[in-house]
Amino acid sequence: MDKDKVPQDDENLLEGKFAVVKYALDKNGKYVKVQSVGWEPENVALKQAWEVINEKVEEARKRVLSGEVSPLAYWIEKNMMDEKLVGEYMGFSKWKVKEHLNPQTFSNLPQDLLKKYAEVFKITVEELVKIV
Amino acid sequence: MVFGIGSGLFFSYMPFLKLNGMPGTSYRILPGEIFKRLTKRLHIKIKAEKFSDPKKAMDELDRALDKGLPIGMLTSVFYLPYLPAAFRFHFNAHNIVVFGKQNGNYLVSDPVMDKPAEISYDDLLRARFAKGVMPPKGKMYYPIEVPTPTEKEMKIAIVKGLNRTTSDMLTIPVPFFGLWGVRYLAKNLRTWDKKLGTRKAGLYLGNQIRMQEEIGTGGAGFRFIFAAFLQEANEILRQDLFDEASAEMTVAGDRWREFAYLAGKICKGRATSDITYPLLADILLDCADKEEKVFKKLRNLKA
Repeated sequence: MDKDKVPQDDENLLEGKFAVVKYALDKNGKYVKVQSVGWEPENVALKQAWEVINEKVEEARKRVLSGEVSPLAYWIEKNMMDEKLVGEYMGFSKWKVKEHLNPQTFSNLPQDLLKKYAEVFKITVEELVKIV
Repeated sequence: MVFGIGSGLFFSYMPFLKLNGMPGTSYRILPGEIFKRLTKRLHIKIKAEKFSDPKKAMDELDRALDKGLPIGMLTSVFYLPYLPAAFRFHFNAHNIVVFGKQNGNYLVSDPVMDKPAEISYDDLLRARFAKGVMPPKGKMYYPIEVPTPTEKEMKIAIVKGLNRTTSDMLTIPVPFFGLWGVRYLAKNLRTWDKKLGTRKAGLYLGNQIRMQEEIGTGGAGFRFIFAAFLQEANEILRQDLFDEASAEMTVAGDRWREFAYLAGKICKGRATSDITYPLLADILLDCADKEEKVFKKLRNLKA
């Protein structure tokens, strides 16, 4: 790839925080580092990966709102986690996390356990129990 | 140079190994291996520690920083707030270098960024003690002895690095690795849309693009950074062979980029009728053929 052909397709996925480095040839055929703010196929692929995640989050949100599962289900998807990983942070098994997906069980959880869950997701207890 | 001496270039395609529902595929060797091979080949001595107590891990970091040492460490990408949201997936083998402290925050050199970043004590602790697959367990490491290599030693290190790469790419006798892996991917990919349906096939393609371009530092799944290494190797080994191989690898890399470009069109649903899965498969086979020539040329080098 030639230096002046390094794509600069900015779709703000980098949020202006930095540029990625690509290796390209200068006019003497020597490799140099060139900054790039993005390339369309990369952007497409990354956005596609997020669409899949966002669909799962939306799906979980609906199930929470319909009363099928507790808000925990939403936060697990939102953080791209699963019951096993959340269990590791909480210090118990995925089965216990799964029990807490039951809205009834979840609504009876003691405050300290809710607080611990909230910390795992870096949110407040209020946010944890109320999904909008 | 580091990438080449560490034999970073590779290809693997293991469809039976699913990561987030996508076939396991990579354009490089395993995380940590480049560093391991480089330090061995240049006789650099490293001190590495893991911790069970997060507080102790942070104290140790502070102590090492006080000595003015830059410290490498393992982190989870998910817990690095200085990265843009779109990049933050659960990946626990992300190496960063912490090189100082400023106003209570740590100064970080992150390989995906072109400038330094800052991270707070709490955030760094969280990133160093993420759980899940391959937990970093607070691992930190720093060089304790960095001998200046003689020209002869450099030559030996480069040749060792290259020999490992050519052997990895040409001779591993299973279809998942090296150029066999590329050809195996081509064979499977040819019928992805027929076997998996448009949506899933598109997701598989997207995954391939991400592994190649987003993960593949420098573009074309590390092929360009490898070509740059060959130019640097030429300056030390002084054999025209390296410049020729570099130019040919650039051509192969451009072909990989073409693959990603056209795959992106399919992902976006913007492909014209001539852009098909069989066409993409043919491009991959061409990439494999082009790379084969390069690796055969570079095979069995002597320092």
